[in-house]
Amino acid sequence: MLDRDHVITAKNLSRADIETVLDRAAAIERDPPDRDRHAGRLLGLCFFEPSTRTRMSFEAAIKRLGGDALDMGPVDSSSATKGESLADTVRVIEGYADALVLRHPSEGAATMASDFVDVPLLNAGDGAGQHPTQTLLDLYTMRENAGGLTDLTVGIMGDLKYGRTVHSLAYALTKFDASQHFVSPESLRLPRSVRYDLHEAGAQVREHEDLDDVLSELDVLYVTRIQRERFPDENEYRAVAGEYRIDAETLDRARDECIVMHPLPRVDEIAPDVDPTDHAHYFEQAHNGVPVRMALLDLLLDDTDDGEAVDATEDDSANGGSR
Amino acid sequence: MSERDDHELRISKIENGTVIDHIAGGHAPDVLAILGIGSSTDEVVSVGMNVPSDRLGHKDVVKIEGRELSQDEVDVISLIAPAASINIIREYGVAEKHRVERPAVVEGVLSCPNHDCITTDGEPVTSRFEVLDDGVRCAYCETILRENLTEHIDV
Repeated sequence: MLDRDHVITAKNLSRADIETVLDRAAAIERDPPDRDRHAGRLLGLCFFEPSTRTRMSFEAAIKRLGGDALDMGPVDSSSATKGESLADTVRVIEGYADALVLRHPSEGAATMASDFVDVPLLNAGDGAGQHPTQTLLDLYTMRENAGGLTDLTVGIMGDLKYGRTVHSLAYALTKFDASQHFVSPESLRLPRSVRYDLHEAGAQVREHEDLDDVLSELDVLYVTRIQRERFPDENEYRAVAGEYRIDAETLDRARDECIVMHPLPRVDEIAPDVDPTDHAHYFEQAHNGVPVRMALLDLLLDDTDDGEAVDATEDDSANGGSR
Repeated sequence: MSERDDHELRISKIENGTVIDHIAGGHAPDVLAILGIGSSTDEVVSVGMNVPSDRLGHKDVVKIEGRELSQDEVDVISLIAPAASINIIREYGVAEKHRVERPAVVEGVLSCPNHDCITTDGEPVTSRFEVLDDGVRCAYCETILRENLTEHIDV
């Protein structure tokens, strides 16, 4: 069982919580659960921003567990356009569903919404804030491909200021004592609040403007998009964007075992010639969204189900912290 | 001349109300802002600024006739004047004397400066800030605010 009712921020997920979800996901991949495991259970999808991967992977996850998804539809056809508050929307949909998934453009939206509902609420991205379920699938991908999660050296490159996946990942990696290298232009460094938390947690953190300062040390290179829309001046964007683009030639300077990840969608920050290399793991990472979200839903819905828990104790060879 | 004698000469005693003492020099206007006391106030208010102080070197003092501060008001004052003391005056005497204590959390007294925070979006939610050693932090969007707290007071 997870030691919590809602999944709002990676900061509040303990190392044990994370390991529980990843172990359950590995067990689900090994031995998929019965198709009626959570038959009759409904997951409410409340997406106030467009999403493809996150929305579809949650929908796939609940359906593969035997349940179904209720989708409130595009935000421009929802009650939000009539001025209904988020607090009211989630209270209404709580009455229809056994758990809620929320994506919203405002930071702190999931924290607020969770105050108004009793069913489990999962934060699927709140503005530039947090995206904890993405972090769980990121960690799962690292654990499966980088030999474990402890003592990793991870480079995180791109828009660190507004990248919610980065904020959540940084919190989670800190719990596994990873050495974290943040690579970005000065204007897109980590926000003050994340830096504060990492400092308080005693994280091993270094910041760089040049990937070459650290590339050869990395077990994982996690790339995010430099967001053109964040720059007030197009010339300023063009001046930095090219510095944060990788291709197969860039990776000649990386360790052979270094895995490249990206939360997707990518634009041009990873050239297509990286795709066929052994470094590329971003499509596998996206695929892992389904078993990891199945695991999370299975754990959260377990409390009120009669079903037997999927056995996560056997064959834990992929779960170890050793590398 | 003692510190006490000095202020009494500068600012007369009040019959009933609150004296906020040991405000760091120059911060009395911030305290007045927290209490919603501006140029159009009807309240009887005495302000001493940069009064010599044994403890602080220079301090500010605010005396307000006929008003006892709420805990919310004291909580916010503690954020910008952590050394302040609050004296409740009744019949010209000090009825209660408190040093301000920084609370762990302040609710409903500051507005979040982050325009993308859910608390600025018309939701039925009261602002909540965790108090840090050197600032405050929104419990919703996690924005840390260290400077210009008085600009965000919403008491």
